[in-house]
Amino acid sequence: MTIYLIIAVVLLVFVITFQVAKASEYVSILRGEEANRKQNNKINGWLMIIFLILGLWGAYICNNLLFKKTLLAYPSASVQGDKVDEMIWITLAITGFVFIVTQILLFYFAWRYQESDKRKVFFFSHSNKLEFIWTAIPALVLTVLIVFGLKNWFYFTGEAPKDAMEVEVTGKQFGWIFRYPGVPGHFGKKYYKMIDLANNPLGLCWRDSAAIQIKDDPYAHKDVVLEQTMYLIKNKPVKLIIGSRDVLHDVGLSQFRLKMDAVPGIPTTMWLTPKYTTEEMKKITNNPDFEYEISCDQMCGNGHYSMKGIIKVLTQEEYDAWWAKQKPAYLLAFPIDTSNTKVTMIDNKQQHLFTKN
Amino acid sequence: MSHNLDATHHHEETFITKYIFSQDHKMISKQFLITGMVWAVIGGILSVIFRLQLGYPDANYAWLENILGKWWVEGGHITAQAYYALVTIHGTVLVFFVLTGGLSGTFANLLIPFQIGARDMASPFMNMLSYWFFFVASIVMLASLFIQTGPFSGGWTAYPPLSALHQASPGSGVGMDYWITAMALFIVSSLLGGLNYIVTILNMRTKGLSMTRLPLPMWAILFTAILGVLSFPVLLSGCILLIFDRHFGTSFYLSDIFVAGTALPNEGGSAILFQHLFWFLGHPEVYIIILPAMGLVSEVLAVNARKPIFGYLAMVVSMFAILLLAFLVWAHHMFVTGLNPFLGSIFVLLTLLIAVPSAVKVFNWLTTIWRGSIHFTPAMLFAIGFVSLFISGGLTGIWLGNSSLDIHLHDTYFVIAHFHIVMAVSAMFGMFAGIYHWFPKMYGRYMNNTLGYIHFWVTIIGAYLIFWPMHYQGLAGMPRRYYDYSTWESFKQFADLNRFISTVAAVVFLTQLIFIFNFFYSVIFGRVLKTPNPWKANTLEWTTPIHGIHGNWPGEIPEVYRWPYDYSKGGRDYIPQTEPIGPNEIDDGH
Ligand code: HEM
Ligand SMILES: [Cu+2]
Ligand SMILES: [Cu+2]
Repeated sequence: MTIYLIIAVVLLVFVITFQVAKASEYVSILRGEEANRKQNNKINGWLMIIFLILGLWGAYICNNLLFKKTLLAYPSASVQGDKVDEMIWITLAITGFVFIVTQILLFYFAWRYQESDKRKVFFFSHSNKLEFIWTAIPALVLTVLIVFGLKNWFYFTGEAPKDAMEVEVTGKQFGWIFRYPGVPGHFGKKYYKMIDLANNPLGLCWRDSAAIQIKDDPYAHKDVVLEQTMYLIKNKPVKLIIGSRDVLHDVGLSQFRLKMDAVPGIPTTMWLTPKYTTEEMKKITNNPDFEYEISCDQMCGNGHYSMKGIIKVLTQEEYDAWWAKQKPAYLLAFPIDTSNTKVTMIDNKQQHLFTKN
Repeated sequence: MSHNLDATHHHEETFITKYIFSQDHKMISKQFLITGMVWAVIGGILSVIFRLQLGYPDANYAWLENILGKWWVEGGHITAQAYYALVTIHGTVLVFFVLTGGLSGTFANLLIPFQIGARDMASPFMNMLSYWFFFVASIVMLASLFIQTGPFSGGWTAYPPLSALHQASPGSGVGMDYWITAMALFIVSSLLGGLNYIVTILNMRTKGLSMTRLPLPMWAILFTAILGVLSFPVLLSGCILLIFDRHFGTSFYLSDIFVAGTALPNEGGSAILFQHLFWFLGHPEVYIIILPAMGLVSEVLAVNARKPIFGYLAMVVSMFAILLLAFLVWAHHMFVTGLNPFLGSIFVLLTLLIAVPSAVKVFNWLTTIWRGSIHFTPAMLFAIGFVSLFISGGLTGIWLGNSSLDIHLHDTYFVIAHFHIVMAVSAMFGMFAGIYHWFPKMYGRYMNNTLGYIHFWVTIIGAYLIFWPMHYQGLAGMPRRYYDYSTWESFKQFADLNRFISTVAAVVFLTQLIFIFNFFYSVIFGRVLKTPNPWKANTLEWTTPIHGIHGNWPGEIPEVYRWPYDYSKGGRDYIPQTEPIGPNEIDDGH
């Protein structure tokens, strides 16, 4: 029903608009074209200045309404994100200033220099001095932005600290798989042709296969594999090793202000240092339902919009308690298989160290 | 240079050679324009439908189900596959078919022979082929909307592996074959057109029309054509490799893939390779879209401010700088693909460098209207709107070009806001300015001004209302290409805003119908032109008869003595290019 109502209203507005337009043509003939043109010119000149004022005011209102809905209303959740925020403010200050000045000039000129019998046009076709000024100043300002930007860029993309924990993140249509090395620093080998959806979603090398030249890897038997939720430790740098099982995905961490693509066959990395636990963030944002969400930020198919992962940031103690309960994926898949005993030779102390530091 | 008029004029014109397989640049330009307008309306409808989904996801669309069928709307809800198909085809047709084919095709064909003083294009036949390739490309793209598994739905950038694997998405099946075919045909059309534009501008200028006396639209179109000719082949090769991966078992883009329950044999390919090939066209493409608009706007601003374009030489040089830099910044679309960070830093530098010539152009436009005598024709309004939008969108380019900000903003609504403002809406404004300005030249009639004013004011207000708030969504990290945000704790706060944006989008779309109506109504009933030079402009096209004739000028092609921007010089409102330099007059060095 409403749809017919809407159509009726739209048609009505159209008809009225066309009648007005037609009438204006007759008026123009009656009043004389020149007089009519001049009047239209005045009206549009004034509309220019009104548009400028309402526009700037509107931008202000828009900011009032929406600012608190952005992330900038809260501190960033990672050490790296602080630097992104800092960049945002510097860039905003510069571009915002240029925006306001140039828009004011544009619409003010449009209004001020509308056709008038009282004023003569100033013939002014070029000035090398002006061209030089407005080439040099933007170039200088941009240099400043580049310097700030690249300093951060090399920090973001540089080596993760030595004590960083490592987690592997794998995107698939449409979800996330996380892998923690059972033995710190030693992810087991995997190969995509070993993937078995029921038991081995990452294709960890749990057995020999002459056909695809794969050797059983003892470390692979120790790896812990989780779906959908990743656990990180507050204030502990983490290096994510990112990959994809099928098409492109992207690990989008909006609260941490970072993201990195997941590319099949070509692992990528990203490191960050969480600053607040999930619980702390609930208080900061005043939202009891708050979660760190991983959004897939690269078109990956019809379920792209639903490809959500969760990050729980815990304190070290909470994390240790959680980790103690985790079982290697291999054991979960084959609880009674004894081949797991192969890895007992790996020093248990190492594992202890990893969870503690 | 002057053709023998008789040679071009002697064959009998039938309906078919005059209106369909025409080789006359004026007719071909109209064909491009009308096709472009049809695509713009289709592209607009597609966007209104997907915005309905974003704004009103819970509404009942059963009425739409009756029109479109189950694949698109099921159980009263727009389906996810439909959403992605709509977004993809919307992006593809607006970028390529409307703002490349429609914009360049229309104005290059219309203006080149007119403004350089030529009887027609260098190769009218190639020109005709260029349109018909475009036409067939359009048919194929349109047909893809009706196939059973749906059109391609992996985004206009068509990144593999998604676009390479039919198992990964229904749209990557036959729909993708149609998409690639249409794109390949489109590229052929674009190359045929582009080569022709370059050759014609370089070789067929009338006597006295040196390069430094070229009107700015000519420079813009020349640079655009060069960009296209050098970059489209790269996309074509990228697409051909994609066809090989899709159908002949190669692994250019594929490696280590387990999809739909099976491991594929492909190893050793790189999905990122396609992105390099794509953006090697894709970035120049955005300038292929904006440069002609800049050219048209420069002309319209000068004519309607009754003042020379400020810094003609700086305008040409900055366009040339953009032309060069456009080839050297493509990887700024790939900062977060795992690109080598050092390489990334080089692309940051080059990308932000491109903001310099852009800034120069803006300041020159501002100075052009400064102390002018502005006539607010609808064309002039759109030209001013163009400058405003180009500033707004160009400035956010500085955000995105800095990789350490892009690492947060990439693939969010911030990017949507950036490129719609700086490219999509801007170029549309350039195109509108061009249509309002040259309509009298094309059809010998005026368009209705009042409708033009309404069209402009609603569109510019609407454009800002739609795209300005999207920056905030982007700052919240809200990803683009999402069918539904309601389950996301991080993004669902924008539900109201999405509703608002969608409503404005529908209104703005309907307003474009006013323009379409005005256009066709005026073709038939518009006020008849009484003078060949309604805007009192200097360029050569206004020296041709009101009703276009084959060969453009009835007698000799006029000779040119000066640059096209002598407005308000020495107390005279305008001095056409065909007027010799007076004995006491100083030639401005042009
Ligand atoms: C001031 C100069 C500009 C700079 C520094 C700049 C920078 C950028 C960057 C870095 C991106 C990638 C953002 C991302 O995907 O994360 C981008 C996207 C885009 N830009 Fe610009 N830009 C500028 C001007 C323009 C102009 C003039 C146009 C078109 C006329 C344009 C059209 C686009 C388009 C279409 C995209 C999005 C492509 C997509 O992912 O679908 N930009 N720009
Ligand atoms: Cu995705
Ligand atoms: Cu680009």
